[in-house]
Amino acid sequence: MKEFYAPGHRTCAGCGPAVAVRHILDAFGKNTIITNSTGCIEVTGSPYPQTSWRLPYLHANFENAPSIACGVVEALRQQGKEDVKVLSLGGDGGTVDIGFGALSGAFERRHNFTYICYDNESYANTGVQCSGSTPFAAWSSTSPVGKVKQGKDRWKKNTAFIMAMHGADYVATASIADPDDLKKKIKKGLEYDGSKYIHVLTPCPIGWKFDSQKTIEYARLAVNSGMWALFEIDQGEFRITEKPKDLGNIGEYIKGQGRFKHVTASQLKEMQSHVKKSWKELEKLEKSGLNLKTML
Amino acid sequence: MKKIINGSKAVAEAVKLCRPKVLPMYPVTPSTHIPEALTQMKADGELEGTPITVESEFSAISACIGASATGVRTFTATSSQGLALMHEVLHTTSGMRLPVVIAVANRALSAPINIWNDWQDSISQRDTGWIQLYCESNQEALDTMIQAYKIAEDKRVLLPVMVCMDGFYITHATEPVDIPEQETVDSFLPEYKPEHAYLDTEKPITQGPFSGPDSFIQIKFEQSTATDRSLEVIKEVAKEFGEKFGRHYPVVETYKTKDADKVILTMGTLAGTAKDAVDEMREEGKKVGLVKLKAFRPLAKKELIEALSNASEVSVIEKNISLGTNSGAVFTELRSLLYGTDPIPKTVNYIVGIGGRDVPKIDLKAAVKNTSGCGDGEIFWVGVEEVVR
Repeated sequence: MKEFYAPGHRTCAGCGPAVAVRHILDAFGKNTIITNSTGCIEVTGSPYPQTSWRLPYLHANFENAPSIACGVVEALRQQGKEDVKVLSLGGDGGTVDIGFGALSGAFERRHNFTYICYDNESYANTGVQCSGSTPFAAWSSTSPVGKVKQGKDRWKKNTAFIMAMHGADYVATASIADPDDLKKKIKKGLEYDGSKYIHVLTPCPIGWKFDSQKTIEYARLAVNSGMWALFEIDQGEFRITEKPKDLGNIGEYIKGQGRFKHVTASQLKEMQSHVKKSWKELEKLEKSGLNLKTML
Repeated sequence: MKKIINGSKAVAEAVKLCRPKVLPMYPVTPSTHIPEALTQMKADGELEGTPITVESEFSAISACIGASATGVRTFTATSSQGLALMHEVLHTTSGMRLPVVIAVANRALSAPINIWNDWQDSISQRDTGWIQLYCESNQEALDTMIQAYKIAEDKRVLLPVMVCMDGFYITHATEPVDIPEQETVDSFLPEYKPEHAYLDTEKPITQGPFSGPDSFIQIKFEQSTATDRSLEVIKEVAKEFGEKFGRHYPVVETYKTKDADKVILTMGTLAGTAKDAVDEMREEGKKVGLVKLKAFRPLAKKELIEALSNASEVSVIEKNISLGTNSGAVFTELRSLLYGTDPIPKTVNYIVGIGGRDVPKIDLKAAVKNTSGCGDGEIFWVGVEEVVR
């Protein structure tokens, strides 16, 4: 494994996103330019005058990493450097909320780049506020637990599907519990010249409130319980890449996560039934052979 | 070659001559004809750069950052709400020392929504660290575009530039414009080749790092120093442009000020109207002159004081309002500049033309007359009714 993400960055112990970045950069290799939105990975990776980025890297603002990538891609094309890969990295807040317009525009125009969202399910960098990617019932500092409301009252936004519906060449979800799968998906996407989107679940010990040794364990439990579905949408063709081993065992997944410790029996039931139902739909979709790109 | 074209087309012709490689653009009145003309040139195979029709002005300036940081010349155009939407990224562009150039077709800012001309959009961006150059005519807009890249990309500067032109008065008005030859522009403005910071896989660097209290103030100091330093470069470039193209635009232009005791100070197309007003007042035997501020950022302090040194009365006429001071930005800055000079001329402020209200010569002449009879530091809104509550 090539280390393009130097040690010494200021991420927290057990940081899921940092694990993702190591593997992502290894998959991309030397001939890559990175644009990164403001967020955990950004503020911890380049404390001036130091940097952990051993690849050309640019950060400007929170909500524009995809637009900046478009500028980089078209500049490279003008320079005759089409072989250089462009990677745009953002957390869930930067991706599914504040930067979503920029992301959508970039994919509509089909610039040749890969966008990867490292999803730690909150605005962790600013103190774990609720994002569009925070799951149902989870505590966050702006979906607090009180006498009349307990955690987030909405489901997580399914951003991978929204990106697929832009006609993206390749879309996939991934987990840091299976880095080989993550790398395989990145490389598969890189075979296409258009826009590629990968959404990787990256547990956060601070925001999710678990023991920092258990990052990978929770990433694994999310997949096993069906809370995080692993799939790809390759040229519009949907395929489940790993079936949950213990579908609906949400109790096991949320145990030990402080953000869920308040969860009531009825909330747990709702989560279980939601996960099972949504998996049924995913299986139906896979079976149907429906091509999400052709239908556009 | 002389052509009779509107200002937007003149800007598009200038942009083409400057050969930017990436042009992310988003339509907003009254700057829309610029992206229209440039995408048409691309469709006709006449433009070598790549236009990107982005989904917002925020992304337009962001894509400029990406392209500029990769080491190519970039261009975008905008107005009003579009420039306001860019605000956050304007600070980032100058902070990252990227030589991006924007054509700003000046327009009022909401609310109420208004598409017509004033300077509120660019004046509101005065502290974003961009050089701001204001234009009086279609020809000046074209000529300033070409100079803007040379200024922005100068090693002593490396700062972004806004070329500000009055919406409609320039963008939509048709005038004869001299379009220079490509070879002449190429010899004046060679290809942009960044020497230090650019994204290159052979020389990986980090751009836009996280800076703490230990370094931030130092970086901002250096940026401020570079902005001040840019004034000399603007003057140098204007001189070189003048020698090559026969048209010279000083940072502070004076018109019949030599013996003038009464002076109008203004910017943009108002300067054209003011020149006519000055001529008429001269015919009436009044010793009136005009000072036109071309560079608002950086502010040409020495040149401005010098230009006003013979005047005893200065009528500062401007199309913007700094709410809370009930005065225009130029007036506030001028008063601050004049403090400590001797003798200090009487300065009076006129807020005119906001939201596109026509500013005829008669208003400018009335202002000059009014200044003689009123007190120092007074501020007048021209053409409004006092509302008593």
